[in-house]
Amino acid sequence: MAKVGEVKLIGAWPSPFVMRPRIALNLKGVEYEFLEEKFGGKSDLLLRSNPVHKKIPVLLHADRPICESLVIVQYIDKSWPSSGPSILPSDPYDRAIARFWAAYIDEKWFPSMSGIARAQGEEAKKAAIDQVAEGLSLLEDAFGKISKGKPFFGGDAIGFLDIALGCFIGWLRVTERTQGVKLLDEAKVPGLAKWAGRFCADGAVKGVMPETEKLAEFAKLIMGKFKAPPPQ
Amino acid sequence: MDGVKLHGAWASPFSNRVVWALKLKGIPFDYIEEDLPNKSALLLQYNPVHKKIPVLVHGSRPVCESMVIIEYLEETWPQYPLLPTDPHERAVLRFWVKLIEEKGLNIWIVYRSVGEEQDKAVRESVEMLSILEEHGPNKGKKFFGGDGINIMDIAFGAVACWIGAIEEVSGRKIFDAAKFPRLNSWIANFESSPVIAENLPDQEKLRELLARVREKRLSSSTHK
Repeated sequence: MAKVGEVKLIGAWPSPFVMRPRIALNLKGVEYEFLEEKFGGKSDLLLRSNPVHKKIPVLLHADRPICESLVIVQYIDKSWPSSGPSILPSDPYDRAIARFWAAYIDEKWFPSMSGIARAQGEEAKKAAIDQVAEGLSLLEDAFGKISKGKPFFGGDAIGFLDIALGCFIGWLRVTERTQGVKLLDEAKVPGLAKWAGRFCADGAVKGVMPETEKLAEFAKLIMGKFKAPPPQ
Repeated sequence: MDGVKLHGAWASPFSNRVVWALKLKGIPFDYIEEDLPNKSALLLQYNPVHKKIPVLVHGSRPVCESMVIIEYLEETWPQYPLLPTDPHERAVLRFWVKLIEEKGLNIWIVYRSVGEEQDKAVRESVEMLSILEEHGPNKGKKFFGGDGINIMDIAFGAVACWIGAIEEVSGRKIFDAAKFPRLNSWIANFESSPVIAENLPDQEKLRELLARVREKRLSSSTHK
């Protein structure tokens, strides 16, 4: 068990990437200090701990920094092996499948998600939304094959791929609201739609997944900051 | 043990990564050269999401994405370990692999673009090299893995060993040996190390291929 003060996580509550190690730590029952970064600035600790990217999340374990959300999740899984369920699947092939889809999510799907906010004009917006929906349809297929009828990608308990994708559910719901579209559509992606509900209700996720309302307000705030004229 | 097949392409850095890992570990495999403009039905079946090489098939089960394949090889064949056992050291290496994966793609943007887009890609490529020159682990040793090649060396090899050809074909300088002495030594060590030396694409053939494809691509885009 970690000693008090031994595990710290530098992050921010709205960030889906920060959510990933938080869920992992919760699954393992590891107590940690959450060092919240203020929006718009970067603490000295963050800059020292992640000098290359200067980004959150950063896990500090006995003062040693670990960066990159999914690298941190794998580290947590290895460092507390006997606490809680195994986050990565136990079979090497299943691990390869989970890593493949996690890479797809980070390299292809998430950029298409952020593409929606950046899209200028109706046509571009629709194209961006269609891209995200297409990706979800691929992930629906993957969910069917990987979960094999169980509640999560990881089987009976939340696992690596659940964490990799589930962290975006809050922002997906904000996008649905602001764009007036259904992305986690029960008609189009029934498996994922139900999975999303189960994921958000899980004990390891509940406390760290922000309410859609709060995230929507935050989104308005940052969009406002980007659109506001520069200070004189 | 089930047989191993690799669907690859001789000029592809990602395909070569997997070959290096297989050979370093001494894993016997059958190699299938894919003609990229005419991909086999089998390849499309094995990698429906990306339709790309490399694809490793173990028995009948495909694994896609070069670094995912290498982690799979590492977990299935423990000889010649490419990752240390300590969780923190593994995390540090995976951090570097991710950085190389993300920023290394810029050399290919240099290759296939012109003008401002190309300028930006050159800058980002140089930035990546600077970061590795300064912060890359095991400074002063032969490889990022110390005395032996590890997963980070394999990841970076797929970038470093293609820069020369890309520079020649695109007419842009990316790697200034004077600016990157540490990386310069690394390249010499890597390219001369036994398994790697025998498994690098012929540089002349590579330049010819890249020049041909680049010309085709650029001329087709101006005929819009």
